[in-house]
Amino acid sequence: MSGGALGKVYQDGEIIVRQGDHGESMFVIQAGQVEVVAEREGEETLLRVAQAGELLGEMAIFEKQPRSATLRALGEAKVLTIDKKNFMRRINEDPTIAFRILETMSHRVRELSNEIVRLKAEK
Amino acid sequence: MWNPRPVGTDTKGNMSSTDWVETLDLGEIAEMPAAGSDALTLVDGSRVAVIGGGPAGSIFSYFLLEMATRVGLELNVDIIEPRDFERPAPIGCNMCGGIISESLVQNLATEGINLPGKVVQRGIDSYMLHMDVGSVRIATPLQEMRIGAVTRGPGPRDVKEMKWESFDHHLLKRSIEAGAKVVQGRVDHVDWTDGRPQVRTKGNLPETYDLVAVAMGVNSPGLKLFETLGLGYERPSSTKTLIREYYLGEEVINRTLGSSMHVFLLDIPRLEFAAIIPKGDYVSMCLLGEDIDNALVEEFVNTPEVQGCMPPEWKADARSCQCMPRIAVQGVKKPFADRVVFIGDCGVTRLYKDGIGAAYRTSKAAARTAVFEGISEEAFRQGYLPACRTIANDNLIGKVTFLATRVIQKTRFARRAVLRMTKKEQQKEGHRRRMSSVLWDMFSGSAPYKDIFLRTLHPAFLGGLSWSLLTSVIPASKKKKTEGAKK
Ligand SMILES: Cc1cc2nc3c(=O)[nH]c(=O)nc-3n(C[C@H](O)[C@H](O)[C@H](O)COP(=O)(O)OP(=O)(O)OC[C@H]3O[C@@H](n4cnc5c(N)ncnc54)[C@H](O)[C@@H]3O)c2cc1C
Repeated sequence: MSGGALGKVYQDGEIIVRQGDHGESMFVIQAGQVEVVAEREGEETLLRVAQAGELLGEMAIFEKQPRSATLRALGEAKVLTIDKKNFMRRINEDPTIAFRILETMSHRVRELSNEIVRLKAEK
Repeated sequence: MWNPRPVGTDTKGNMSSTDWVETLDLGEIAEMPAAGSDALTLVDGSRVAVIGGGPAGSIFSYFLLEMATRVGLELNVDIIEPRDFERPAPIGCNMCGGIISESLVQNLATEGINLPGKVVQRGIDSYMLHMDVGSVRIATPLQEMRIGAVTRGPGPRDVKEMKWESFDHHLLKRSIEAGAKVVQGRVDHVDWTDGRPQVRTKGNLPETYDLVAVAMGVNSPGLKLFETLGLGYERPSSTKTLIREYYLGEEVINRTLGSSMHVFLLDIPRLEFAAIIPKGDYVSMCLLGEDIDNALVEEFVNTPEVQGCMPPEWKADARSCQCMPRIAVQGVKKPFADRVVFIGDCGVTRLYKDGIGAAYRTSKAAARTAVFEGISEEAFRQGYLPACRTIANDNLIGKVTFLATRVIQKTRFARRAVLRMTKKEQQKEGHRRRMSSVLWDMFSGSAPYKDIFLRTLHPAFLGGLSWSLLTSVIPASKKKKTEGAKK
């Protein structure tokens, strides 16, 4: 597949991490797309489709909570795993490495706020 | 005026064939700025010169501009670089093994710098350790390509097809996108004027800057410009290495060396460490040791271990290129002064491993300091020195771990024990692979030496090693006895 030579190749529909799993890593998509899916009472809701270059699963690095969503390859995808230990070591030496994660998180809060507004307006 | 014999010339002043010939002219050294002045900060419109556009220079420029933008600061950054990273042959290459460590790959990806397939010629998922007692493959537990094999230039002199982008070019491009300007040329004169550094690129008029980041590596005679400036700077001590590139073709590499980095622990006098790294169409052979010369290389390439991992049709003298760059082995004590900071190899780097990772760490720490804390000697002492110290202190532990590696290299039963323990671990799924993880991090440079050292003190590691040592010694002594009995 085109795109990065780094990471692991996941086939279409293959699970990268499952909701509820214990997480010790986050991910950066090197090529392809990844679905972020929430499961509740056996029903799936597609939260969004993440693109190459995006950071995913960062919540598990900061909280001791199980994964809040399932990550699944949409088509063939190449995904790089970022280890919690390496990341924490680096953040200790250089806190500015978290700038981009803060940006990602604030972007998601903004998206969620817009979604709430949209849902409330639909009611 | 100081006008030394140019480096790379003989006593009669005749130039040698080295790429690095340059005439140094330091001029009169004007008054130095007062140390620790509060006024030493970057402001809108400040001018920054980055001397050297290798990894340290590009990463420094990228983060300096990125962080300045975050705080609404407009800076003018000039990267001065003589090489053209789009041209094959030595003119476009910064000579190195080209391994982008696991930790650097992850850190860059987290920072939003993803290395595309055009730059990473091969993803590396395993290490193949070759010793006279046997070979073992150490694979990443995640079955993931976690290490990148790149080239620093677009290819050697005889490159058949320019398929790949040079790693240095990729980083330089990122810093240009962030707003840096590249001045092609070699700095041949540095001075001070009105308390500010003045930099001259060969053939041009001198330019005055508010800050100079020196990222010249350790292979440039130009470092002399700073040694005589009265900053207290002395270049890092370094040792000679050897790199050879061989053309094998992608298909042959896939079939033979595959996606493993091949590391050799051989008991050859003067040879410290050797590796063969598969890239796209080429493989790089790197040798580290004492007074590396052709005889040592000959001995290495003719070992059954090297012959066994290269294709049968390979000829050791059919190389595409060879260089003998220096590698820094001892960092600088004070890599900064008012308005000047030394980053990457010409400041402090990691011992033998992950030099580019160290360049990323020091360059970013220097950029962060310049934007948030200032550009005075005191600001760099507070903000920059800790990052350098972390690396330098870790190197001290690194020296001990390399000493242990040397013992293994020289002792056959120790080599057998390491092989036995690693092989056993690699065969068992789901177990803690203690020896494998120690070797993995030693070879890949992904973890601090302190971490690796502490892991070797774990009772389970020591227990496993003692058992393997015992079982490696016993058969040998038994064998001796039986041989003795037969006689
Ligand atoms: C044999 C060997 C193998 C190695 N293998 C690896 C490896 O696999 N992985 C790894 O991470 N590290 C490796 N390293 C270390 C790595 O090469 C360095 O740590 C890294 O290149 C440091 O980057 P730098 O930007 O500080 O210096 P450099 O890469 O040396 O860049 C210095 C730049 O300054 C420029 N310059 C020099 N003089 C002047 C001047 N007068 N004016 C303007 N510009 C100038 C040069 O043209 C060059 O572009 C290896 C080193 C050696 C010797």
